[in-house]
Amino acid sequence: MAHNPIEQFQITPIVDLKIAGVNVSFTNSSAMMVLAVVLITAFLTLSVRSRALVPGRWQSMAEVFYEFIANMLRDNVGAEGRRYFPFIFTLFMFVLFGNVLGLIPGGFAFTSHVIVTFGMAAVVFTGVTIIGFYRHGLHFLRMFFPEGAPLATAVILVPIELISYFSRPFSLAVRLFANMTVGHIILAVMGGFVVSLGTFYVLPGIVPFAFLGAVTVLEVGIALLQAYVFTILSCIYLHDAIHMH
Amino acid sequence: MAEQGDPPAFDDLEARLRAARAREDEQAGRGPSARTPTTGLGLGMRLAVEVVVGVGVGAGLGYGLDRWLGSRPWLMVLFLFLGGAAGVMNAYRAAKGLDDTVGLGAARQRQSEQNEKNN
Repeated sequence: MAHNPIEQFQITPIVDLKIAGVNVSFTNSSAMMVLAVVLITAFLTLSVRSRALVPGRWQSMAEVFYEFIANMLRDNVGAEGRRYFPFIFTLFMFVLFGNVLGLIPGGFAFTSHVIVTFGMAAVVFTGVTIIGFYRHGLHFLRMFFPEGAPLATAVILVPIELISYFSRPFSLAVRLFANMTVGHIILAVMGGFVVSLGTFYVLPGIVPFAFLGAVTVLEVGIALLQAYVFTILSCIYLHDAIHMH
Repeated sequence: MAEQGDPPAFDDLEARLRAARAREDEQAGRGPSARTPTTGLGLGMRLAVEVVVGVGVGAGLGYGLDRWLGSRPWLMVLFLFLGGAAGVMNAYRAAKGLDDTVGLGAARQRQSEQNEKNN
């Protein structure tokens, strides 16, 4: 039985498109992104359509998400962070829906491709750097040298802090991508065990099946947690750009 | 009715709420929180990612600078080591539960302030 645990990450074009020699095909990954955006838009607009003072079920769900991100932004960035709420909220919902939709059987986790997560991390990184320079000018560069340290140590400290700064988008992207990929591979391998062991005897098939159930619950938790981590790190980076220490 | 006097009290409540929220903003709304301690697996993965990414970014920066300045391979060698230092620093910060802002010194200072406030 040919069972390849990384087959699930295969990108397959649905509509082949080529513009000026660049492959811009509409793939299964793009389809899931569109689906995520449609679902988020539908969820957030339909649920608050009634605009009830006492929210119903759907409206409270939308409000929970709103308040969660609003509080996160206020705690980590402060009052000035409110201007960036639309971006942070969009980012959170997109990553969250990407992670969760990927767990639905037959779905495709677009967050399990490093180029997708790196694209988002790069937008956050460039945006935050531009905001920092816009608000503080060249003074922003002072952040890379700790106050009170002897000036002679700048030769080594500044490059280290700079590299640490430049590694942010990479660690942000890799963390989300690696967690999602590993989770999906574990699920696929466990699923393979259930089938191959269960074909011979029912009893040994139950053990990996129970494990699979537990891992699925864990993966749902990781999907939520990673969306949270991605967003809160973006908030912390934003904090750096707005308040310099 | 007995509730005649209630509306002004309600207005008052609103004002007090706003004042309390403003105070809360002053106190808690500043400064990035260190992220909640995750599971062993999560922390381990994070440390691995930090070290590898630090070295990788350092080497990449060095390579780029070398191509630009034509000083191959010296800057890449230098930045490989600096990247290693940055990776270890980031891993250290993650292990110590410091926040993810720029600057190790500032993060440590903030953590000790936090600890004093809690004690």
